[in-house]
Amino acid sequence: MTDASLTEAMQSDARTGEAGMGDYFALLKPRVMSLVVFTALVGLLVAPVGIHPFIGFVAILCIAVGAGASGALNMWWDADIDVLMKRTAKRPIPAGKVTPQEALGLGLALSGFSVVLLWLATNALAAGLLAFTIFFYAVIYSMWLKRSTPQNIVIGGAAGAFPPMIGWAVATGGVSVESALMFALIFMWTPPHFWALALFVKTDYGDAGVPMLTESHGRRVTRNHVLGYTIFLVPVAVGIAFTSIGGAFYLALSIVLNLRFLWGAFLVWKRDETIAEADGYATEKWLFRISLSYLFLHFGALLVEALLRYLGWAIW
Amino acid sequence: MGIKVEHELHTRRRGRNFGVGLLLVGMVGIVFGLTVVKVLGLSDIRQFETFDHVARPAIEPASIKAADQLRATDEVGQ
Repeated sequence: MTDASLTEAMQSDARTGEAGMGDYFALLKPRVMSLVVFTALVGLLVAPVGIHPFIGFVAILCIAVGAGASGALNMWWDADIDVLMKRTAKRPIPAGKVTPQEALGLGLALSGFSVVLLWLATNALAAGLLAFTIFFYAVIYSMWLKRSTPQNIVIGGAAGAFPPMIGWAVATGGVSVESALMFALIFMWTPPHFWALALFVKTDYGDAGVPMLTESHGRRVTRNHVLGYTIFLVPVAVGIAFTSIGGAFYLALSIVLNLRFLWGAFLVWKRDETIAEADGYATEKWLFRISLSYLFLHFGALLVEALLRYLGWAIW
Repeated sequence: MGIKVEHELHTRRRGRNFGVGLLLVGMVGIVFGLTVVKVLGLSDIRQFETFDHVARPAIEPASIKAADQLRATDEVGQ
């Protein structure tokens, strides 16, 4: 080996082989994983069938790892556009810390590991739902919809909505109206949450060739969509109160949260760009903030209801 | 003969190596824990025999049915 080739090899190593555990962990999108863990845990805990705590722990771990695997596959596929956008330019692949092949390998390995282990630990339905979620996020959303339609966030949001359904399937071995409604809650919540953000954050998705509603159809249409999806969200969120996992506490909290969210969406819809620019998109920012607590508090209320039922204090 | 000279690569990748080691230990712990929980969770510990990869005619459905019938006949006879 000559000095030149040795130097080249070392430089290559420095560019691709210096990744620490943190860089591989970053490929798994830990912030998305935290939401997945929370909603899957709620789906598991509110189910009417109890499971052994260790199996529950392994199941949640598998769901989190599966979500992380789909994140790694997403970063592998989107490496070409991630490097073009400020928000994603520091991700491990565009930053040169991890090669795309490593991300692909990690994503595929963790996908197989999480699905097989979930199957062995719990049941085929839960494992099948996890496999479909990974496929949906990596193939349907990342490879197909993300770059072809401004409705990408709507359909892609389904991937984020599956975890409570998987958690429920882990415990019960089936799918029911309760788990379908938990799915629908996240699915319908995603568009107004994301588009509220898109209204006040200047993105560079357009430079990367990713169609966003704010850029492809304009901000007026985006505001219409925010209100429209919120109107459809309300009956789903409140409706959960009348299923076996709901109750009086959930109903009361849900009514308050939905009235607030609906009011926020209405205000965003009523405004135009001139007014929004004048106050620095204050209402859009407020709607985005309350959308975060909206989802967290709904799932938190379901946990409270489960606790009340356990203690025998549930009103119905 | 063991490696005596510490290569620069060993210190540079120490974090990664420890991380992979911990993950492997964690995986062993999970598989072991699952085995314990699954086996202890069996309503009849003899069901565990189905997992030992050895053909056991005694646990074939036809054998179980025949044994049940024999037991029932004995009970009637008594």
